[in-house]
Amino acid sequence: MGSEEMDSRVAAVLDRLGDLPGALLPVLHEIQHEIGHVPATAVPAIARALHLSRAEVHGVLSFYTHFRTEPTGDHLIQLCRAEACQAAGCRDLEDHVKRRLGIDYGATTGDGRFTLEPVYCLGNCACGPSVQVDETLHARMTPQAFDVLLAALEVKP
Amino acid sequence: MTRVFVPGDATACALGADAVAAAIAEQAQARGLELELLRNGSRGLFWLEPLVEVEVGGERLGYGPIAPGDVAGLFDRDFASGGDHPRALGPIAELPYLRGQTRVNFARAGVIDPLSLADYQAHGGFAGLRKALAMNAQEAVAAVKASGLRGRGGAAFPAGIKWQTVLDTPADQKYIVCNADEGDSGTFADRLLMEADPCQLIEGMAIAGLAVGATRGYVYVRSEYPRAFAVLRAAIALAREAGFLGPDVCGSGRAFDLEARLGAGAYICGEETSLLESLEGRRGLVRAKPPLPAIQGLFGKPTVINNVLTLASVAAIFARGPDWYASLGGGRSLGTLPMQLAGNVKRGGLVELPFGTSLRELIEDFGGGTASGWPVRAVQVGGPLGAYLSADELDLPLDYEAFAARGAMLGHGGVVVFDDSVDMAHQARFAMEFCAAESCGKCTPCRIGAVRGVEVIDRIRAGTDREQNLILLRELCETMELGSLCAMGGLTPMPVRSALDKFPQDFGA
Repeated sequence: MGSEEMDSRVAAVLDRLGDLPGALLPVLHEIQHEIGHVPATAVPAIARALHLSRAEVHGVLSFYTHFRTEPTGDHLIQLCRAEACQAAGCRDLEDHVKRRLGIDYGATTGDGRFTLEPVYCLGNCACGPSVQVDETLHARMTPQAFDVLLAALEVKP
Repeated sequence: MTRVFVPGDATACALGADAVAAAIAEQAQARGLELELLRNGSRGLFWLEPLVEVEVGGERLGYGPIAPGDVAGLFDRDFASGGDHPRALGPIAELPYLRGQTRVNFARAGVIDPLSLADYQAHGGFAGLRKALAMNAQEAVAAVKASGLRGRGGAAFPAGIKWQTVLDTPADQKYIVCNADEGDSGTFADRLLMEADPCQLIEGMAIAGLAVGATRGYVYVRSEYPRAFAVLRAAIALAREAGFLGPDVCGSGRAFDLEARLGAGAYICGEETSLLESLEGRRGLVRAKPPLPAIQGLFGKPTVINNVLTLASVAAIFARGPDWYASLGGGRSLGTLPMQLAGNVKRGGLVELPFGTSLRELIEDFGGGTASGWPVRAVQVGGPLGAYLSADELDLPLDYEAFAARGAMLGHGGVVVFDDSVDMAHQARFAMEFCAAESCGKCTPCRIGAVRGVEVIDRIRAGTDREQNLILLRELCETMELGSLCAMGGLTPMPVRSALDKFPQDFGA
């Protein structure tokens, strides 16, 4: 997406949601939904429309882990690290996934295919370990099942 | 036409329910059979998911867990008429796991189509709201007080007292805020309720609005729950269209409307003042109290802020009466508590029981012990800020006061079971690591203390100046407990100390 297209999408979102009480989070969600991330270049426009300082917008953008200012790889892999998944073996899974992808949390593979992130609870605690790939939640994940999942993703655009 | 149910719940779908539903539709078409395929919510019997149900002679029969590859076999054995199959469970309501429960909040979960107002009303829905509409505000608040309902989010504060404060505080605008930022690991009751029976929450919030004179409500749903958010939003739209929300609730001339908002991945926003900051469009920094949210809450106005289960309970309390609700449980813990069995457990799921049941009954009778088959070594109750209990404490009754007396807490009812492969020093370290990751940063004991806590535990685990570092860790816990602004830093010492006290051998003793 070109920067002009991004700007016009940001403007449209602000037009649509800018008047909500406490509009900043809904606005950021909608921009990220449309563009895939919230480009840093959108911050001044958001600040202007919502009568906030750029620092306030940046503060919110950087406080919440859900919001990102850079695009992810083609697929976002989120691994739950919380206690219920630990009890079900997520620490071994975590090691395996990092080794398989060759990256740590917060990084994207060199070919731009996968971004790996930790997450603290996906609410699937009776059937962990839980992994979310893009919008899809996977239960009872094992290293073997992860390899199968990854093989399927590798052939997917 | 035969009705077949396949849950559309997040856990069920994570286990393949969508593929099962697609396979059922495909097989039915290929065989020229007419079936009505419904996507219910889950009953919370997650070890049986994907759980396929079929209605035969007015009774729901279950088959589960079903993989997509099992579907052709189900048709071969005529499951639509209740045919026998290796995965047949018989009448669902007769399963001991369900029969042994007292379902109030989850009576309709998995039974109804979550987005059918007709289903909801056929199962007693909106009866509470109609009764509330016939009361004046003080009568409604008095009913909540009489029920003994305490906040189910974790703090267990009496809901009626909170409501009374909001009712008694004059303002041009008041708010009802539902805390659906269910971030505790091991908990999924709020998610399940929003996905399986969202109208119950809507009804409870509308009652709260009428009771305290609030005309607007917000539900703050965590972003990790996209499915719950979507179902809730759709349910709100349906309720508004049918006149249960809006400027003229059920033709009463009284207004109440509702909006669902999405969080953004911050555990701290489950803390009520941080949640309010977030709803107002700011970083989720904790506010100092006082002022209480009941007096100066959202946008500075008097606000009832309650957890999903608290507000949902209100619907049942009004429908069936506060005395009935208070007759469940005992002491100062009245009503039911939806417990969530999670972690290394054979039969994980939602178990709603009156207060007073023992942890052992829950883990052994319902849960069937560990999934790994190894002995239970530790159980963490109440989320990441809750204490670890050892295997010889399982006779503890599920009761707010009994847990507090043991230096533990029930919290939001999450129970995470660990087998004997667990390293409790590692778990203590994680408690600090989690606090460091999720601290809002406003107060020093939490922001810095958690980072130092990880370092100190690392030194203990490495055997570096062990005795001195153990003393330091105790002192650090005390500083965090006494000096933190909210429960994040204040309660992180709970899992750490309980691990130290009950599993000293894991710290090199």
